[in-house]
Amino acid sequence: MKDVLTIAMPKGRIFEEAAELLRKAGYKLPPEFDDSRKLIIDVAEENLRFILAKPMDVATYVEHGVADVGIAGKDVLLEEERDVYELLDLKISYCYLAVAGLPDTKMNEVAPRVATKYPNVAEAYFREQGEQVEIIKLNGSIELAPLIGLSDRIVDIVSTGRTLKENGLVEYERIVDVTSRLVVNPVSYRIKDAQIDDLVARLHEVVGV
Amino acid sequence: MSRLFMFEKPLGMRDTLPELYEKKHQVRSAIAETMKLWGYQFIETPTLEYYETVGAASAILDAQLFKLLDKEGHTLVLRPEMTTPIARVAASKLLNEDLPVRLAYSANVYRAQQREGGRPAEFEQIGVEYLNDNTVSCDGETIALLISSLKKAGLSEFQVSIGHVGFSQELFMQILGTNGRATALRKFLYEKNYVGYRESVQSFNLSSIDKQRLLKLLQLRGGEEVIEYALDVIENDKGKQAITELQELWDVIKDYGVEEHVKFDFSIVSHMSYYSGILFEVYAGNVGFPIGNGGRYSLLDKFGKNATATGFAVRLDMLLEAMGGGQTETTGHCILFSQEHRKEAFDLARKMHEEGTRTVLQDITGVKDLDAFTKKFAGTTFLIGGGQR
Repeated sequence: MKDVLTIAMPKGRIFEEAAELLRKAGYKLPPEFDDSRKLIIDVAEENLRFILAKPMDVATYVEHGVADVGIAGKDVLLEEERDVYELLDLKISYCYLAVAGLPDTKMNEVAPRVATKYPNVAEAYFREQGEQVEIIKLNGSIELAPLIGLSDRIVDIVSTGRTLKENGLVEYERIVDVTSRLVVNPVSYRIKDAQIDDLVARLHEVVGV
Repeated sequence: MSRLFMFEKPLGMRDTLPELYEKKHQVRSAIAETMKLWGYQFIETPTLEYYETVGAASAILDAQLFKLLDKEGHTLVLRPEMTTPIARVAASKLLNEDLPVRLAYSANVYRAQQREGGRPAEFEQIGVEYLNDNTVSCDGETIALLISSLKKAGLSEFQVSIGHVGFSQELFMQILGTNGRATALRKFLYEKNYVGYRESVQSFNLSSIDKQRLLKLLQLRGGEEVIEYALDVIENDKGKQAITELQELWDVIKDYGVEEHVKFDFSIVSHMSYYSGILFEVYAGNVGFPIGNGGRYSLLDKFGKNATATGFAVRLDMLLEAMGGGQTETTGHCILFSQEHRKEAFDLARKMHEEGTRTVLQDITGVKDLDAFTKKFAGTTFLIGGGQR
């Protein structure tokens, strides 16, 4: 078991792109890899074990060391501030975090409210702008909040901007660009250095500088 | 505030039940014995210290300090680590003769947790501080003692990674001077954000050689050969001096014969801002967090003494996790007695205690389920009714 490298993969949107990247880097992943419902997949011939996690949880598994490395969005890293090495920008799943709301509206002066899945990012962003806002944490369908008067603004991931448009919302400010990153547990980074250096070098080759 | 249930404890506080206590005690004793054999003297310091002195001098983040007020309104802290209290005692008392001093401790330290579980807010550290000796031999002894202690405790697979604060500092000085760009890079290193570091370096207006040097820093980890690579990168005298120190340290470590556990890593930076020379972390493969750390520090200046020291601290909880849970066997003997055999039972127990056998005396009328009770012992003697059974 000692030499098996455990990789935490994000389920959903990023998974396919991440798997494709690993294949391009020369890792032989079984064909059933992509549509398996298993949460743990062992690939013995590559000495790898994959665990399939919610994207928001990948950095948590890696921080605690139950996964040696993981593929996590920059949005997750900014929000969770986990103690992990961010080694490589994989340049996949490109999107960005933005402030959005109904067109031609201003924030409430007394109690400006912001709904988001990213309370830490949102709070830090508005503080940097010199504004104290009240954060309302939601877990999904964030676009709903301004439509029904829960908040003046939302902070959310935007990839194509279609969801915003279809719901009559406009983007006010762009906060930060987001791509997926290769993250590594600090202990694994030292103990499994050879395997991790190999993984990084191979992915680096595929991704380019 | 919701009403607390009887079983609840404050966030991050843990109980140590007998089985774990026993294991912890064994590990602690093994390490403490080693430290004593090497001539380190154990000391204790108070759990509470002033925020203004120890709290401020400690490098633990302010948000992690447990604070309270005394009657005069001074802010107190529960000690977040032991190095700063020991620096306080040493600077004010123990270093008056200006000789090298070797101290050891094993104590609980306290760090408030903001996040979810998985991190105790109170945990035991066992460590040493080797004060007022700025030789490489002092650094080497500290590392050799650390390795020897862990082996004595029963841990076989672990790795000590050694870095040097001077190296990255001087590399940044050499290439960037003292401006904000160096601060930005240091922040990326500290946050372990290598992507940000690389992007930052690429965005600087520098020669490609200098860019390569800055990027090379991220790859400087591994065995002895890393020292050579590091020499190619650094040009200024202080930086070269840091490398020379590490080279000498490696020779010392080899003479101790413990080099199989040691690697170098120039990317180690610490939030412990008082480090001034080498610094190191200890890793065991099956634990996700370092089980110990240490380095050379200049903390004594903060207490008015111009001296440096080297020390390490091992986290007992992490170490126990690294060693895994071996089954603890049922040991000890039990004498179950009834009133008419009381004296006889006491005499037998005294004899067994004198022989060093762990022996429990139990009045048989106090036990409801005899089978369940006797199962907890390796052997049982019944002194009841008509005689010995």
